[in-house]
Order: sequence, then C-alpha cells, then structure tokens
Amino acid sequence: MTIAVVDYGMGNLRSVAKALEHVADGVPVVVTDDPGVIASADRVVFPGQGAMRDCMRELQARGLRTAVIEAAASRPFLGICIGLQMLFEHSEEADTPGLSVLEGQVIRFPDAAMVDAAGARLKVPHMGWNEVHQSEAHPMWHGIPDATRFYFVHSYFPQPARPELVAGYSHYPFPFCCAVARGNLFAVQFHPEKSHRAGLQLLANFVRWDVRTGTLTEGTTCS
Amino acid sequence: MLARRIIPCLDVAGGRVVKGVNFVDLRDAGDPVEVARRYDEQGADELTFLDITASSDERGTLLSMVESVAAQVFIPLTVGGGVRTVADVRALLNAGADKVSINTAAVQSPEFVQEAAGRYGSQCIVVAVDAKRVPGTPDDAPRWEVFTHGGRRATGLDALEWGRRMQASGAGEILLTSMDRDGTRVGFDLALTRAFSDSLSIPIIASGGVGSIGDMVEGVTLGHADAVLAASIFHYGQHTVGEVKRAMAAAGVEVRL
Repeated sequence: MTIAVVDYGMGNLRSVAKALEHVADGVPVVVTDDPGVIASADRVVFPGQGAMRDCMRELQARGLRTAVIEAAASRPFLGICIGLQMLFEHSEEADTPGLSVLEGQVIRFPDAAMVDAAGARLKVPHMGWNEVHQSEAHPMWHGIPDATRFYFVHSYFPQPARPELVAGYSHYPFPFCCAVARGNLFAVQFHPEKSHRAGLQLLANFVRWDVRTGTLTEGTTCS
Repeated sequence: MLARRIIPCLDVAGGRVVKGVNFVDLRDAGDPVEVARRYDEQGADELTFLDITASSDERGTLLSMVESVAAQVFIPLTVGGGVRTVADVRALLNAGADKVSINTAAVQSPEFVQEAAGRYGSQCIVVAVDAKRVPGTPDDAPRWEVFTHGGRRATGLDALEWGRRMQASGAGEILLTSMDRDGTRVGFDLALTRAFSDSLSIPIIASGGVGSIGDMVEGVTLGHADAVLAASIFHYGQHTVGEVKRAMAAAGVEVRL
C-alpha cells in the first residue's frame, strides 16, 4: 500500500508528507509528480498553497491533470486547501477554471460582509484557528468532536452547487463550506497537517478509511 | 469564530534555542524540538523562530533545525532572520517552515516581497516591521518610523505607510514590533498596534514589551491585534501559554483552549 502526495511544484508539500508519515504506521508516503505513481497509489492526497491560477498551470504543465481527475473518481482521495478549490468548476481568483470534479464555484470573502457582530472589521485572509462544524457523520470525522478548531489560511472558499456535498462548515462571519465529501473523495479548506492533534486524527482516519464499507480499519485512534 | 492567536517566539543561534538580554550574554535554552514540543503541549497556536545569528555559514544548521521541528510539531511554524532572497524563502519552506518573516531585505528591496509572495503565495510571507515613535510631531498625532538591522538603523520611512505598502506588495501578515517597548516588559505600544490593525486589512501580530498576562490580553482588547507574540514571559517559566489563553477567555476574547 502507498499514499501518493501530488507534487506540482507549489507550496509546502513537506508538511503534508511529514504529518502523514507520522500517522501512517509505516505505510510509505511518496511525494510525486509522476502520473504513473499517482495512478498506482492506493490513496492520493492533493494538497495546495499559493495562487489558484499558478497551481492549475503547474498541474497542467506537469501532465498531472488526468491522473488527479482519475484518482478523485476511483480511490480514497483527500484534497487540502487549494487542492479542494481546484476540484470545483471555477474560482473567482484570477477568473480561473478548475478541474470540474465537483459542481460549484470558489469565491472570495466579500469585502462588504466582513464585519463581526460587534461591528469590527474582519481581516482577509482568514488566518488562524476556527471551529469546524460537522454537517454529517463521516468516517473522516472519527474521533474528532464537533466544533473542534482547525488551522485555516485562505481568502477564497467553495460554494458547492449541491448542499449534499457539504461535510463541514465554519463561520467567518457567515457560515461557509470548509469540507466536502462524495463517495471516495473528501476535501478540506483548512490544513490538517498544521492542526495539531485534531489534524493528525483526520489524516489517520484518511489512512484507514475503507471507502467500500464507509468505515475505518483497525487502529483508528491517534495519540 | 476565529480565535486570536498566542505565539511564543524563540531566538535561535547555531541550531539551538538561546536566551539572553539585548543579544548579549546568550545562554543555551535547549533543544529546539524539545522547546517547540513544550509550547505545543501548552497550546501555542503557532511558533516563531528568529535566527539571531543569521550568518550565511549557519544557514545549513538553521535548515536542519527547521526540518527536525517540522517533522514532530504539527502547528504553523514561522522562521525569520536573514531572509534575503527567493532562494532563502524556498529553502526554508522546503525545510518545513510554513511562513517566512522578512525584515531588513524588504526595506532594501521592496520588490523582493512582491516576488516572494507572487511565487509562494501571500499566506507564507510575513513582513516584520520594527517601528519607533517619532518625537515631537507638530499636530501631536503619534507617528512611527521603520528601523532595520535589529532596530539600529533608521530608514526615514513612515511605519504605517510602509505597512500599507507591504500589504499592497502581497504580505500576508505583519509582525509589528515596537522598538520603544521591546525588552521593557511594560506592555505593547497599544496606539501603534491599533493604528496598524485598524488601517490594514491583513492580520497584525503584536510584539515587543510584554511583561505580564494582562499585557497580552490588552494587545487584543485595546490594541486590536489578531495575534500576540512574546518571548521572555514564556521562556523563564513565568507563565504558560494556557494561562494566557484562560486570561484572554475570561476577558471575552475568543481563543483555542
């Protein structure tokens, strides 16, 4: 069994790989830009950081587009941050088309709405620890209490076309979707690799997620 | 809602955490991984490492230190000190840093911030601003000037103007240090913190002057800081991160407990 972390030359993949290695119980974690390695991996992690347009361009330039779309349709697949955003049809960030794996748009926190209950201005990027509310029971949430805080850093967020895609949401200042789930695919706007115990638990769940039965295999509690 | 962040700051030299007073009498304060783990256990929201030697021959040591910490501590790590080129930024990110802090090099070459943010994204570019009050302005409105080289060299730049410019250049965050308060332990320059936080749209990390838990709480409640950074109050065992967070929660500040 191997876990492939898709490397398209953007962002801090090392953090993701290190955190996965920490919870993978010896399962090899491979950071790769080889479509063949991605195609043969049992699980695929699609991380991302930086600008969406650059990420899409690099993905295309390295010939990884098809491998990612195919993995997202067939095996346990975890998108993180821009890796989630790229799964949608389109992002407002530099008017960039996405991979259209999921129906919906990625939009920016609208300036006019960024005021809290006390009237204070809210900063963009949304940076720091925020509560994640679970919209549904899912094996990926195993061992993670509802409203646990995860680490976010982003200025754009997804708006899935169909509400049943939403697996979790957060507030800033309005509720926004921060986790999506469909079959073998799970994707999050926050950074589990930087979210301390809760983040490691989510990654441990991913390593043990059996998508056919919708359960986790043995050894599911992360210390 | 989003929590305000508490960030312990660690000075490093030669791959070790050190402590001293005003850069002299440096004493070894431990293995970076152990110190990082201790603050992580206490609930630190992020960690900042400042390489106070920052000489080019020690870059390798710094990078291997970042690697060891990043392999074992799973919260955001910022590394600063002597970051001058895009290659420095890349090397630190590849070693496992999540953000890099740029100070003197931003003043020497403002395009550098734009280039680094364009290449790696604003989320990983922190611009450190060392600001000092300018005495005797005619209208009595407080003003601050940017200093570089650890506060030794004046630049003539208005700090708030500079902050706005760095935001426009793609800085994702400002690490704002009051040179007047740094090391004094009498509290943040709250007017400075508030001026930045209220006029910029990116997060502000307040730094310089913390001597008590109350100072950290005020940085948020009165200074409007998005995050507060402190060194000595944690290093000398005076307080834990948890104590600061409980005091903030009691004052009605949203924190990650």
